[in-house]
Amino acid sequence: MIELQQVSKRFSGLKVIDEVSLHIAQGEFTVILGSSGSGKSTLLKMMNRMVEHDSGRILFAGQEIRSFAPEDIRRRMGYAIQSVGLFPHWNVEKNIATVPRLLGWPKARIAARVDELMALLHLDPALYRSRFPHQLSGGQQQRVGVARALAANPEVLLMDEPFGALDPVTRAALQREMARIHTTLGKTIVLVTHDIDEALGLASRIVLIDQGRIVQHATPLHMLSAPASGVVRDFFGRSDTGLQLLGLRRVADHVRPVAPGTVVAGEPIRVTLNLREALSAFVLQRLDRLPVVNADGQRMGCIDLSDLLGPAEGVRPA
Amino acid sequence: MKWVHNPVLLLLAAIGVTAASELAFLTHAPNRLVSGAGISLAEVLAGSPPALALLGLAGPALLVVAGIFLPLRQRTHAGVLVAATALLAGLVWLAASHAAGLGGNTGDTGDSGSIARTSFGGAFWVLAVVAWLAAGDAIGRLALAPGLRLLAGALVVAPVVACLAGGLLAPLSLLREYASRRDVFDAALVQHLQLVIASLLPSVLIGLPLGLAVARPGRWGKALRPWLFPVLNIIQTIPSIALFGLLMAPLAWLAVQAPLLGQWGIKGVGMAPAVIALTLYSLLPVVRSTAAGLGQVPQPVIDAARGMGLSGRQIFWQVELPLALPVFLSGLRVATVQLIGLAVVAALIGAGGFGAIMFQGLLGGALDLALLGTVPVVAMALAVDAVLKAATTSLAHAPPSARGQTQPPTTWTARQ
Repeated sequence: MIELQQVSKRFSGLKVIDEVSLHIAQGEFTVILGSSGSGKSTLLKMMNRMVEHDSGRILFAGQEIRSFAPEDIRRRMGYAIQSVGLFPHWNVEKNIATVPRLLGWPKARIAARVDELMALLHLDPALYRSRFPHQLSGGQQQRVGVARALAANPEVLLMDEPFGALDPVTRAALQREMARIHTTLGKTIVLVTHDIDEALGLASRIVLIDQGRIVQHATPLHMLSAPASGVVRDFFGRSDTGLQLLGLRRVADHVRPVAPGTVVAGEPIRVTLNLREALSAFVLQRLDRLPVVNADGQRMGCIDLSDLLGPAEGVRPA
Repeated sequence: MKWVHNPVLLLLAAIGVTAASELAFLTHAPNRLVSGAGISLAEVLAGSPPALALLGLAGPALLVVAGIFLPLRQRTHAGVLVAATALLAGLVWLAASHAAGLGGNTGDTGDSGSIARTSFGGAFWVLAVVAWLAAGDAIGRLALAPGLRLLAGALVVAPVVACLAGGLLAPLSLLREYASRRDVFDAALVQHLQLVIASLLPSVLIGLPLGLAVARPGRWGKALRPWLFPVLNIIQTIPSIALFGLLMAPLAWLAVQAPLLGQWGIKGVGMAPAVIALTLYSLLPVVRSTAAGLGQVPQPVIDAARGMGLSGRQIFWQVELPLALPVFLSGLRVATVQLIGLAVVAALIGAGGFGAIMFQGLLGGALDLALLGTVPVVAMALAVDAVLKAATTSLAHAPPSARGQTQPPTTWTARQ
């Protein structure tokens, strides 16, 4: 979908992006991860020509992005930023409808699309449609921001630290929304963050960037289990790596059947949890076997503490 | 237990009571040039029918005073507003009816009758201002929508305007000055409006592009930024008389060199130097508010607009302009109100307007003639201020808490 070939960018002589080559495949949720000043935001902004690259080539849908008018390429890519940047003089409906109106959609289609997106982002249209941004909470504003970015059904969604300014609870809720939206819509998403847990939780692929260079481009699991260098290991924090790995695996893949008639003691855990949360339950209950229930509370089987230690399928620590 | 709920009204009431007991409500003089003998409010009340005294003054005044001690509710504010309106009307009515009794002539036929004059005294003016401020306080506390606010303000002065239009005030000296100078007054009104409009238009036409250039990055802004505001600030500090004087010599020279210009009215005295000076004065608020209005548009909003594919022109018309408009309008309000006041001084170089009447009164020692030039200027300034303020607030979309950001900078000092 997006391809960068030896792309470099200097700001007043200083090299911010250094010979970066990157391929972002269609339908992938790519998280560009890095500390502040690593160049991650610049990398994202070069993709929709908010920042023009100095050298190298950037291809979008197989064509050099400079062959498009900047406005055209931006309308084909959704864009959401940390400070949201909703238009304060427009209500929610008009904000979401920004790009469809630019594209000259008929009114009825725009209205239907706004309803659809508000429902997708769990904003009651009857309640919020005609509210102004200052009448919304920070989380609601960002929901509108995401809806606005998705409005014209863009081929790619670019997000620049979209949840950075939110409180942890709201942030977690919106991260779940993003994961859900990615699975339901199958959009190509590129998200920039410095939050490791956000990257591990959302990404199908992580691009770790440091001093304008890509250090590693891999799946979260691969990055944790086979870090390309000390920089990667340092970034993820050596002592937590085991827990982070557990966070990537799900209870659902490790449920053992229980013989009929036997009852496993302990407070049951939900099948939708990841193994990191399961470990927490084991430690809290001081047991080495716990029952597993599905979303409706029905017993599905059990899981052993030792199951947590087994290596993940297909990946061996390097 | 808290007794005083509205300290503003308490202060106003104290001022009103002091003025009513210490100052004259009306003055009566044998002719227009000598200063008259004062008539206190007590004497006026004693000489009026009890019903008029009660309904016109005592009742409304007591209701306004009651507003000090009542809990701050919408009902209280509405009551105070009505009472203050009645008080203002009552004051005018009392003064007019007493003057009619004293003068023995109606003034309708000019100076044909007695040459004795009855004028408003200090107590009347103070009480009228107190009533106006009490009404303004009540309107502010009612937190009405901008349009309703304007309507409420108009309703407060409506009874006074009705008295004026109905000829009830004719016995008063101010109106007798008007009656004898109706032509001069009407001409002054036209000239004054001409001065204001002829200065406001060019200052907007020049100031708007300058403000735009300063606010945006680019060659023009870069060239203008270092000196534009310092120069405009310096112009603002030149006393108006001095600026008029400074312009007289070059314009007179120009008129001599190019007689064609002289035929168009470009000469050392009159409209031309006045309009040029007034335009220069109003440039600062116009340029400043244009630049400030554009400067306070949040950068993330512009970034988001750009990131979503709005073109530069679309960002300007759909995002920057509507968000800058309230600040620009408040600058325009400052400029207009300032112009209405400064145009008075332009009379000194022969530009006419209400200033001519005012200075004639001042120089001739006829206080009421001076007031005839002053009162309409004040009324005009207040009306323009109220209308433009209503327009500004109805355009501002920011929440009340964030409205500080969209308010204009109250001091026009350079920020760059």
